[in-house]
Amino acid sequence: MGSFIIRRLGLSLVLLFIISIISFFIVTLTPGSPYPWGELNPKISAEVKANFRKKFHLDRPLHEQYALTMRDLFTGNLRSIKDDRPVMSRIMERLPATLALNVTSILISLSFGTLLGVAAARYAGSWQEITGSFVTFIFIALPGFWISYLLAIVLVTTFGVPILGTQSYGIDFPNAAADWLDRLWHLLIPATVLALGGIAVQSRYLRATMIGTMREDYIRTARSKGLQEEVVLYKHALRNSIRPIISGIGMLLPALISGAVIVENIFAYPGMGRLGYEAVLERDYPTLVALNFVVAALVLLGNLISDILSAAVDPRVRLE
Amino acid sequence: MLKIENLQLGFTSPTGGVITPALKGVSLELAKGETLAIVGESGSGKSVTALAITRLLPTPPAVYQGGRIFFEGHDMLSAPDAELRKIRGGKIAYVFQEPSTSLNPVYTIRSQIAEMISLHRPDVTDIDAEIIRWLDAVGIVDPKGRLHAYPHQLSGGMQQRVMIAMALSARPDLLIADEPTTALDVTIQKQILDKLRELQRELGMAVLLITHNFAIIKGLARHVAVMYRGEVVEYGETEQVLRNPVHPYTKALIACIPRLGDHRRRLPTIGEL
Amino acid sequence: MRSHITLLKGSDKNPQASRFLRRFLSNPFALPAVVMILLFVLIALGTAVLSSFGHQWPCDPNLTNLEQKLLPPSSLHWLGTDNLGRDVLSRMLHGAYISLTVGVVAVSVSLGIGVLVGAISGYFGGLTDQILMRSVDALLCFPTFFLILTVVAILGPSLINIVVIIGLVSWTGTARLVRAEFLTLRETEYVKGARVLGQHSWKIITQHILPNAAAPILVTAVLGIPDAILSEAGLSFLGFGVQPPQATWGNIIADGKTYLLYAWWLNLFPGLAILIASLSFYLAGDALREAAEGRD
Repeated sequence: MGSFIIRRLGLSLVLLFIISIISFFIVTLTPGSPYPWGELNPKISAEVKANFRKKFHLDRPLHEQYALTMRDLFTGNLRSIKDDRPVMSRIMERLPATLALNVTSILISLSFGTLLGVAAARYAGSWQEITGSFVTFIFIALPGFWISYLLAIVLVTTFGVPILGTQSYGIDFPNAAADWLDRLWHLLIPATVLALGGIAVQSRYLRATMIGTMREDYIRTARSKGLQEEVVLYKHALRNSIRPIISGIGMLLPALISGAVIVENIFAYPGMGRLGYEAVLERDYPTLVALNFVVAALVLLGNLISDILSAAVDPRVRLE
Repeated sequence: MLKIENLQLGFTSPTGGVITPALKGVSLELAKGETLAIVGESGSGKSVTALAITRLLPTPPAVYQGGRIFFEGHDMLSAPDAELRKIRGGKIAYVFQEPSTSLNPVYTIRSQIAEMISLHRPDVTDIDAEIIRWLDAVGIVDPKGRLHAYPHQLSGGMQQRVMIAMALSARPDLLIADEPTTALDVTIQKQILDKLRELQRELGMAVLLITHNFAIIKGLARHVAVMYRGEVVEYGETEQVLRNPVHPYTKALIACIPRLGDHRRRLPTIGEL
Repeated sequence: MRSHITLLKGSDKNPQASRFLRRFLSNPFALPAVVMILLFVLIALGTAVLSSFGHQWPCDPNLTNLEQKLLPPSSLHWLGTDNLGRDVLSRMLHGAYISLTVGVVAVSVSLGIGVLVGAISGYFGGLTDQILMRSVDALLCFPTFFLILTVVAILGPSLINIVVIIGLVSWTGTARLVRAEFLTLRETEYVKGARVLGQHSWKIITQHILPNAAAPILVTAVLGIPDAILSEAGLSFLGFGVQPPQATWGNIIADGKTYLLYAWWLNLFPGLAILIASLSFYLAGDALREAAEGRD
């Protein structure tokens, strides 16, 4: 197990390096003015422009720019164009909220996705399963912003569920539990919207894998032992089918964060998706480079964790 | 103890239309503590018969078309699920042909055997000791060290011994061994068959041995049923059948057994006898 | 032996093709999905063709009429009007054309890049393969939509920019697939024989290997179209998609954001359109995938 982890870590570092290159060059190489203000704006003197160029290393050759920007990023010197605060501190502020949202989403996706997937495999071919499959496809095809709005309207007008931001402002809660509950409500709705696609993808993937697993010899052995069908499904079949699901968690992350850009916008949730959108609006290039990098690095971390988890679950993986 | 009367079974095609017959009226009997061998080529229906006894065939595509199966007074084809599950493992245990794929790759052999024991023998308190005893009984060297091994860490012969240990650990009345040694080296084959015979005598259980190899049943099975194309074409005491085969298929099978000093180039087929 | 027969160029692929078709149609959603796709394509193309001749049906999508703004669906305006009094149905028909274009062009771009990268990687192997595949792994770590948003924001939103960027970001799946196919097929007897005979690499790739990888590539293409449509809709919603006054399904919803509580038709209809279009492609793609997998 140890050598497996070390190998994966080594690979991750290589990928991290490539990620840093991509994050930097995508923003830098894209044609367009590097200044957040118009090129021909007469109010900005040449001196200001020169200072700007110096500050963001625009006067150096490209590979030096890359090195310097990365150094600034890691030392906390990379500053946002908007308010001149270090970019990293702005990102770190949003990190807890983003983590809470993503982790919740993943948990929802995995739990419901697994339940649905196993049920779909068990009852494959029946009209209930076909209808269920149809519903999961709808989840995948649903535009996030559309369902968010519909959900928001319905929940607020019909149920009075609080949704915007992370907590209800201006209300003093009598105790910690009520406060946490309020936070949970605010978190749950965006997390669920984000999780819909994940539930659908996981359940379809699991269904396909399980159907294949159920045909294996050891399932016949398990049945011949006199085990109940549920035990055969959940203990024997699932553990063998779960590996692609767990490594798939890593794949869920980029999609989650992509979706978060829109969902956080609608629900006014202060996560990194929202930060990204604001940075885009303001043409805050340093923030964009840093954000792309941090997000991709987080995804890389998520992939690493999910690979380690799947090696823990399935001993055969450790040999790879 | 076990009585199969005129069992008829077929398989439906994937599109659901045609039912291909697999068993066309199979009848067998097995008494307590005895060994019956079912011999036949691939596709003769011998494995299907074995699986049908405890309804282990998935029912689409399998279709039970007729006949009865009685085991220790239970009507197997109409028994309710709960009853069936008690019999499976507890009274009738299986050993399958491919040990490498018949064991669950993600669980240790200890946990798989323990599952069997805790399900059917709740009286056993020290499960680990019991497992070690059985592993030793099937001839596994250093059973304690192997306890937490995964199936893929064992050789084919050892995997099959584990399967036998697992099957026997619930002390069944009937062991159904479906081509237990076909996937193994010839040298290991003999070891395992000898072990099987030894264990059967010790435990006094009945064995249903499925094989395509006539050569191995001598000394092992008292009675033999020869199957061809879904039907039992010859049935009797092994000694008798070997000496005086009646059906042309049996004759061909026996004639195919390689002997020392055999100079034939081609194995005989039914049409040639 | 079978593999030889399968790989022969120009061999009679008809029995394979008809089996494929039968498996495809056995999926209960396949036929309805294909019908919806055809409908979508017809509507989109029809609208584009008609309007290039100057005919607008039911009326000009850009005709504003402030006295008629925010009207609910009626016999005059089947899907109501928006905040500038424009007929929603007309706007949606034109939006269909945009969505179709985005889907098809973006997928073409991503397919082109993906097949190229996958073929090079899979066929030549070695260091090239390693570098390319690590880059793919790294690229996959980026949230696609966020990347698209970043680049579109800098470059400026226009139809061409959007489709090219979506294509540039989505080729990774195809690349991996093609590479996998190449790795397997490269080792077959037939390809080895062709190389011994001195056939040029490029010829081998296009004539022998690609046709066999065609089915999975087709599946990826069909499944990529709704992703592109959904991306464009998201961009439009945030204001970075195809710019007004050009109508897209996404920006009808965006325009209607503020009036959501009482002008529900501005949200429901375009949303449903996006849903149904995407759903049809996903269902068709899934049926294709099942048919392709059962092939061998």
